[in-house]
Amino acid sequence: MNLITPPAPHIHSGNRVSSMMTKVILALIPAIIAYTWFFGWGLVINTAIAVTTAVASEALMLRLRRRRLAPFLGDGSAILTGMLLAFSIPPLAPWWITVLGAAFALIVGKHLYGGLGYNPFNPAMVGYVMLLISFPREMTAWMHPYILEQLEIGFTDTLGMIFLGHYPYDLSLDALSSATPLDLVKTELGTNNTVSEIMANNALFGDFAGTGWEWVGNWLLLGGVLLIYQRVITWHIPVAILSTLFVIGSFFFLADPDTYPSPLFHIFGGATLIGAFFIATDPVSASTTPRGRIVYGIGIGVLIYVIRTWGGYPDAVAFAVLLMNMAAPTIDYYTQPRVYGHPGGKA
Amino acid sequence: MRRLHQFKGGVVLKGHKKDSTLMPTQPARLPASLVLPLKQHIGSAAEPVVAVGDKVLKGQLIARAGDTISAPLHAPSSGTIRAIANHPVPHPSGLPAPCIFIDSDGEERWRPRQHQIFNFAELRPLELREIIRDAGIVGLGGAGFPAWVKLDPEGREVDTLILNGAECEPYITCDEMLLRERALEVLAGLLMMRHAVQAKHCIIAIENNKPKAVRALAEEIRNTGADVEVVEVPTIYPTGSEKQLIQILTGKEVPSGGLPIDIGMVCHNVGTAYAVYRAVELDQPLISRYVTIAGSVAHARNLEVLIGTPLGNLIEQCGGNRQTLQRVIVGGPMMGVAVHTDAVPAIKTTNCVLVESAMHDVPLPSRDAFSLPCIRCGQCADACPINLLPQQLYWYARAQNYDRVQDYHLFDCIECGCCDYVCPSQIPLVSYYRHAKGKIWEQEEEKRRADRARQRHQFHELRLAREKKERAARHKKKRTPVAKGGDDKKAAIEAAMARVRAKKAAQEVPPKNTTDLTPAQQAKIDAVDAERAKARQATETTPADEET
Repeated sequence: MNLITPPAPHIHSGNRVSSMMTKVILALIPAIIAYTWFFGWGLVINTAIAVTTAVASEALMLRLRRRRLAPFLGDGSAILTGMLLAFSIPPLAPWWITVLGAAFALIVGKHLYGGLGYNPFNPAMVGYVMLLISFPREMTAWMHPYILEQLEIGFTDTLGMIFLGHYPYDLSLDALSSATPLDLVKTELGTNNTVSEIMANNALFGDFAGTGWEWVGNWLLLGGVLLIYQRVITWHIPVAILSTLFVIGSFFFLADPDTYPSPLFHIFGGATLIGAFFIATDPVSASTTPRGRIVYGIGIGVLIYVIRTWGGYPDAVAFAVLLMNMAAPTIDYYTQPRVYGHPGGKA
Repeated sequence: MRRLHQFKGGVVLKGHKKDSTLMPTQPARLPASLVLPLKQHIGSAAEPVVAVGDKVLKGQLIARAGDTISAPLHAPSSGTIRAIANHPVPHPSGLPAPCIFIDSDGEERWRPRQHQIFNFAELRPLELREIIRDAGIVGLGGAGFPAWVKLDPEGREVDTLILNGAECEPYITCDEMLLRERALEVLAGLLMMRHAVQAKHCIIAIENNKPKAVRALAEEIRNTGADVEVVEVPTIYPTGSEKQLIQILTGKEVPSGGLPIDIGMVCHNVGTAYAVYRAVELDQPLISRYVTIAGSVAHARNLEVLIGTPLGNLIEQCGGNRQTLQRVIVGGPMMGVAVHTDAVPAIKTTNCVLVESAMHDVPLPSRDAFSLPCIRCGQCADACPINLLPQQLYWYARAQNYDRVQDYHLFDCIECGCCDYVCPSQIPLVSYYRHAKGKIWEQEEEKRRADRARQRHQFHELRLAREKKERAARHKKKRTPVAKGGDDKKAAIEAAMARVRAKKAAQEVPPKNTTDLTPAQQAKIDAVDAERAKARQATETTPADEET
């Protein structure tokens, strides 16, 4: 008789990497829609470019590494990396920026380290930082939030701008784009203006963290809370990052509101929310113990504030995440939970 | 009302328990041949006391306990010993093990009664334990540890005796049906066990998805006025694990590497209590038990099965098709063992036979054959009831870094399978841990062997050295009573020589013709002596010259 004898357990929950990735992708979609509403079709086109490049790069690398294509391409991780990278690239960036970033993220950031599960750094952030350092001009030309109110820029116009560099109404990229609120605060503070003066003089700032950006932030927050509810991610990392930023931001804001913007500006501005819920929570490169995740999140929060406030870059989520990625294995070792029956519990 | 505590983690599983609780338990049909593995318990194997061809009666001892931690074996039915040989047994290794084969004669003739106890409370706890030991009772919850050993607190005080009726694995309902149908007997067995350990408190814990069992038991407790508490515990896997159950009931943790008795607890399965009752009250050794037959069978149900009945017979009796079997799991779907053949017998610890047919009419949603790499999502850690980090254990087990894997407390793992069950990469985590444990045991055994060999070698060398020294000392003693120092060896030799000379001088009388010589004679002799010496010198040097 030939019965099969697999090892116990003989049942499985049916949980899959692909279903986790799908949930993250779905949670990101409301924010993408909001982003498109405020800043036009650029993000949609960039997402398409980035996802296509990411999946193609993944397939190429799997082929070169002689791995099975179907299970790995089907896990959805390359799609997610592409989406997160596109989200961090300015919406009017030329197509080759996106292609380069996505290919670099997948090939260098992921597969040269051994592929899914083995990359010490968040691949999307590896791609982003490479672009930011190599192409600072293209990577800082963000869309002006009021452009769409003044000009009608359709899907084909956007395609033309991204792929051909044809700008409508005989405008240049410089005319269409502006600095981000974070960027502006940084440069203006350098010219001895107070935070309130900067914000009052510029319509870019919206209610508290930047027109458009605030709403994208709200939808990211909602998506992130859904992910926690769905148990795709745990609360530890986002809560640690956001509360650290809030505490440090409040401290300096209360001490000197002219020099330091409000904590809400830090939380809703820049890449904080997407970083806290979607990027820092990438399980592969993050800390994996409950206490470790809190330490890891606090580290990211501190680094974001420090680099934004006193460092050379207006935003710092990518750098903060990559730096803490490096620390994750050590954090994990020193934050092991107390095991049942070991000293410290009730015996 | 007792305040319950929580254990960390765990998973909520679909119970699948309804099917097998619809019909009352029925005795399983007597098979033509019973197969009794000599080792159905933790500890050393039993040793046969019967020979091939012997006639045995039902309940007769056929193998005695091999050691302190062991259990005797009794004939489940009357018949003839056909063989004592290897046969497949329900063990993860899949290796055959020695078994006693009995051809049943269908008469079911009992051996004569050996004791009649009217009031167990008059027995000393030791006597009670001996009855339980001699009845071959082992833990019927699955592990099969000899029951009397666990019922011996060795002088320590037992605060609470917990009877485990949680039965948290899906499909298994034998404890539930036992409680529903034999509540009084289980209660009586519990009171006997309580007497054996002299426990202050008694709890029966049942998962809250078995209200009928709770009611049946509560009624018997009311009727008898027994001082026993029935506690409903939440239905979450692995509540039925001893450590987790103790945590739920008391909030206390069994120390790592320790036993429940270390914190004043003793925990037994409800089936064991029933077996104790039968042994003490009815003088029946452990020869049958309740077994759930579930899965791809027409009538999932519980049977009272004679130990040694081949699983195929049970599957057939419940309307399963033996031709289309694909997988037969002994035990539950989380921790059970998939066996190679349905010729494997039901043994003392067999609580469930879970059948999967190739027709997939009752599919067991299995893990994918292909695992993705671990993405360190930590869902395993959230599910782990011991609070381990399964992802780290996996990482180091895979890297065969056996020191690190022990740093992460591999040996606290209870192999409940929660991590495996939730893993999105579908990695067979528990298999990795079992493999790592096996490797570490192997290495330790090897190290012990090497240590022993080294010790033997060192001792051998030591012995040689000692003997040499002793020999030397003996020699020295013989030679030099005078010069013990050894430093003045020369002096000793001189002294010895002097002694010899003196002795010689004393003994030897000088030749007569050499005394009273004239000076001329003496001169002549001297000349000849000189001549001789010269010649001797010449002959002594020549050979050396020739050689050159």
